[in-house]
Amino acid sequence: MNKTFYIQDYCEIRDGEIRLNGENIFSAGEDTFSGFAKKAYQDLDLAYPKFFKMDKLSKLAFLAASRLLTPESNTALVFANRSSSLDTDLAYQQTIRDKAAWYPSPAVFVYTLPNICLGEISIKYKLYSENSFFVFENFPAAFFPAYAGLLISTGKAEEVLCGWVEMLGEEYRAFVYKVGNKGFAEHNEQNLNRMI
Amino acid sequence: MDQLKLEIKEKIIAALNLEDVTAADIKDDDALFGDGLGLDSIDALELIVMLDKDYGIKLSDPKEGRNIFRSVETMAAYIAEHRTK
Amino acid sequence: MSFIVDYNCFTPLGTDLSTTVGRLEAGISGIRLFEDSGQLLPSYYAAQIRGEVCTHSGYSRLENMLIRVLEPVIARNPVQERSLLLVSTTKGNIRSIAAGEPVNDAFLPVMAENVARHFGFRETPWVLSNACVSGILAVAVAKRLTDAGIFDHVYVAAGDEVTDFVLSGFAGFQALSSGPCKPYDKNRDGVTLGEAAAAALVSKAPGLFRVAGDGAINDANHISGPSRTGEGLYRSIRQALTEAGLNGPELDFISAHGTATEYNDEMEAIALDRLGLNQVPVNSLKGYFGHTLGASGLLEAVISFESARKGLLYPSLGLETLGVSKEIRVIREPENRPVRYFMKTASGFGGCNTAVIFEKLN
Repeated sequence: MNKTFYIQDYCEIRDGEIRLNGENIFSAGEDTFSGFAKKAYQDLDLAYPKFFKMDKLSKLAFLAASRLLTPESNTALVFANRSSSLDTDLAYQQTIRDKAAWYPSPAVFVYTLPNICLGEISIKYKLYSENSFFVFENFPAAFFPAYAGLLISTGKAEEVLCGWVEMLGEEYRAFVYKVGNKGFAEHNEQNLNRMI
Repeated sequence: MDQLKLEIKEKIIAALNLEDVTAADIKDDDALFGDGLGLDSIDALELIVMLDKDYGIKLSDPKEGRNIFRSVETMAAYIAEHRTK
Repeated sequence: MSFIVDYNCFTPLGTDLSTTVGRLEAGISGIRLFEDSGQLLPSYYAAQIRGEVCTHSGYSRLENMLIRVLEPVIARNPVQERSLLLVSTTKGNIRSIAAGEPVNDAFLPVMAENVARHFGFRETPWVLSNACVSGILAVAVAKRLTDAGIFDHVYVAAGDEVTDFVLSGFAGFQALSSGPCKPYDKNRDGVTLGEAAAAALVSKAPGLFRVAGDGAINDANHISGPSRTGEGLYRSIRQALTEAGLNGPELDFISAHGTATEYNDEMEAIALDRLGLNQVPVNSLKGYFGHTLGASGLLEAVISFESARKGLLYPSLGLETLGVSKEIRVIREPENRPVRYFMKTASGFGGCNTAVIFEKLN
């Protein structure tokens, strides 16, 4: 695993702000995540009504990926976070809490898997590629270079969209970036620790 | 009946997160699936839960939903006849 | 190259591999009817572990399942330097959020760390949570890690439980079967849920099986419905075959996903037909274990290892009349057949698919 790959573009979302390659492209001011996501969707002209059906984790991942992907490219998706789909799991748990009157919501249940956000991105950009969702206690700065490098060097993908997408209550954070043969910074642990 | 139809439209919009659609935008005989409102299979399942939760109607065979959920008109007629709450 | 060095399972049929396989070979299913069992659903069919699971105090029920399935594997193959624990699960300790709070146990890294600490792994464990392909995708991940020398040994452990959370969710999806599930049958009417844990050691050291190829391609079509053309599964299998240097008909059997929903089984038949694999013997093991979610891909691979080792193909339980639009060769009776190449496939929510091909070594 000596071959070096590079970070091409990156997008960060936190505290009501979206930054692309370090530059602000949208900020919403004080708001809940859902309010922020709706304003961002409108401001970024995403024109994709399915967005409103997504859970918060999928909205976060979708917004962060929206400026980074080329449709129908051979781009694998490797995402991770700390809380898996726990934010939506708790929402679903509410719909079955009352043992005498429980009404499980299919539209919520379907999002109780963290990889659904990758499915949403794959559908939008028609990516017939590999998706995998990992869960770690902290941002895995050694994992992403090792695993994304493997996918490219073994020919499973030409480029990889890596993402840390954490969502629990009103605590959210996305750091999503694309890795390929060219870019502005080596895809290694040191650079990621500097950027995150 | 008109009151029930309005109520159904509002419930559909809320339950299915139809952003930018108002009750006035949905005609009574508009197709809910396919080319009409463009609802999909998960929406259909959500409507089955709505019938149970809000009107006390349990569909024994989900395939029955295809006829019931054709339009707001057909939903209102079915609910008016079968509701238990 | 990567090899399967050891493996085990912990299922409703038995607390270890040999008991489980012995009962499976006797045609016994772990599925039964539960009525007024204290779950939300008044009655349902499922494959649940009935005996005492929690023999290690201080660990959750699922952590006990993972610990107990790993114990014999680690006893035979002690944890060394450059060893990773890779945990596959969809819902982990989801029963811990019943009160509506995000308690510590509900976080998947906490669960994995509890298991890793029990066995003295030095590396932080990885958790893969990729819907119903998790268990077999984890084998593909382990294979790549050992191939590349990032780790020398990857202990893959997969587990999921039957809980109110998943039972009610599948019920809301109108996807639960009215009796024991019937994969590929004309009268199949849905999934029967199950719970299990499975483990496999993937290593650079030579072992019983070589991991010959893998593919994992998304349908890019719908988040809950499988592709009508089987596109993602078709591409996944094609990629795995190419890597293994095979055309397809050389496969001696396929352990498919076979959840017994109308659309999944039909989709698989279409994908296999497109690949010209109509004559390759196929089974779904869901009739014995139900759908064990994040455990299923690994559990069914582990059972397939025994099948290949013994040269005995296991019948697909629950099939009476084939009910898919393409002709596929579902195994109906136990069949003696020397096995060299075999494949495990799975598909899941989010549009994911995975195929892994194994070669039995002499």
